[in-house]
Amino acid sequence: MKRESQFRINFRKLLQNKLATVCFFVLILELILVIFAPLFTKWDPNATDLLSRLCPGFWASGSDKFKPEHWLGTDELGRDIWARLLYGGRISLEVGFIATIIGLVFGTLFGMLAGFYKKLDNIIMRIMDVLFTFPGILLALLIVAMLGVSTLNATIAISIWAIPSFARMIRSRVLQIKQEEYITAIQSLGAKDWWIMTRHILVNAMPTIIVIATMRIANAILSIATLSYLGVGVPVPQAEWGGMIASAKTQMYQAPYLIIVPGVAIIITVICFNILGDKLRDILDPSLKD
Amino acid sequence: MRRYIRKRIIMMILLLIGMTFIVFASLYFAPGDPAEIAAGPSASEAEIAQMREYLGLNRPFFVQYGTYLWNLLHGDLGTSLITRQPILDELAVRLPNTLNLAVFSMIIACLIGIPSGIFAAIHKDTWIDNTLTTLSLGGISIPNFFLGSILIISFCVNLGWFPTGGMDQPFWTWTGLKQVFLPALSLGMQVAASFTRIGRSAMLDVLQSDYIRTARSKGLKKNKIVWVHAFRNAMIPLITQMGTSFGGLLGGAIVTEQVFAINGIGTYLINAISQRNYYAVQSTVLVIAFLFVLVNLIVDILYVVIDPRIKYE
Repeated sequence: MKRESQFRINFRKLLQNKLATVCFFVLILELILVIFAPLFTKWDPNATDLLSRLCPGFWASGSDKFKPEHWLGTDELGRDIWARLLYGGRISLEVGFIATIIGLVFGTLFGMLAGFYKKLDNIIMRIMDVLFTFPGILLALLIVAMLGVSTLNATIAISIWAIPSFARMIRSRVLQIKQEEYITAIQSLGAKDWWIMTRHILVNAMPTIIVIATMRIANAILSIATLSYLGVGVPVPQAEWGGMIASAKTQMYQAPYLIIVPGVAIIITVICFNILGDKLRDILDPSLKD
Repeated sequence: MRRYIRKRIIMMILLLIGMTFIVFASLYFAPGDPAEIAAGPSASEAEIAQMREYLGLNRPFFVQYGTYLWNLLHGDLGTSLITRQPILDELAVRLPNTLNLAVFSMIIACLIGIPSGIFAAIHKDTWIDNTLTTLSLGGISIPNFFLGSILIISFCVNLGWFPTGGMDQPFWTWTGLKQVFLPALSLGMQVAASFTRIGRSAMLDVLQSDYIRTARSKGLKKNKIVWVHAFRNAMIPLITQMGTSFGGLLGGAIVTEQVFAINGIGTYLINAISQRNYYAVQSTVLVIAFLFVLVNLIVDILYVVIDPRIKYE
């Protein structure tokens, strides 16, 4: 009999949960939509058309301002919202993934060093404690303020902001794994520290890493949207979901859909990542609960 | 107990020193030049050099940092590069608005979050529990600027129940309450959601403990068990969460102030960032972080008062 890999077992467990399955496929669909955005819209997200400003979308298809070629409507500069949604989602997801990966790599490194070497533990974790004193988006804002406003700098800011919480969680997992007998066994066989860390501890900490990374992506997407909303994330006129809401601020009374469409996109994405993270945690690492 | 508090205060001082170092170093190593901003856009090379000398930017790193700390200790947060006013004064005008918003958001979050968490725990695995848990997941996932905008559109513009923005009264006055309600609701929703999740699991933990079983077998009413016996212990993890969340509220207030046009330190910070008013950015970040650390110190002390089991290690 062929043995099923652990990955497939867990994946099947995940798909047994209806809510998680829906979220998984929504995210896959979303990824396809934003990656192949040019296939799904013929409009340039930044092309303005002053003759078709503020056209409503399909919900007002009876109105004479409605244009079928802009099915989600247009914004105050006549840009197609569907196109901006797709290309904007590309940026949001890109920043979300990249920032999480960078934060994860450094967070895991610091967390592992702190958990493995007692000498480094104090200094690394005290630095993380200091970073924790900047609540919420504040650390990211400080970094952006110093580096200047650009998509790259916002990504850097969000990844640095993610490092301390990754480091803290990985460290406590490493401390647990270090107690296991097999680690003592290979240590007494003369295995090098680096070997133990990469081949044994990292592998065993992987479920934890996957769970917190999934939840952190949700957070990173919210963060880039927030930074863009504040005008210090993705620079205008490039489309980004938070930025779309910010630029609609002056029009929001006449055309609330300008806010609702990107807002719903953010919520769906973030909620799916959060639910997926929740279910993955239940399957992979229930000890992480709260 | 006294030793524990003393230890916490020493910790806090160390954190504050670390904090000032990060804030100072981030400016020192940043590519921007404060002298250029202070001298104005039309300044010549010589004028900028003069300004650099005047601001003390030519001195070695640790001398500058030492001066910076010394000034901070004397309550000098520096001078705004744009308005040339002391930053402390500019912040002092705006801080009450931010605190007003953060505190009222915390009240709303507690009023919504804690009862729903406990309610969900009592009705574990029923539709009530499922609805509340799902709603709380939604609450965590809604960006507060989006929720704020939607609230403005529906309750201020369409219904006209609240003013669309601004704040000049504290929340205990009628006008102030009307001004703060929607901003605080949009800001507090995420925290309320996290209280629901944590409150639920804390309550479930407590309900499984032996003393609750004893209370139950004594024939006590369910309500009495939950609200009198279990509630106090279930509050313990929530109190830690309140400390952490207050920081989240201070950070989130930066965004909410933009949505509701509130003249608080968040608005000040965002303006300072866009004007590259480096010193103002530095000081505002420091003030917010300081408040956060202070609140956590208070929470840590409250913690031992509420839960005597805690070890004063």
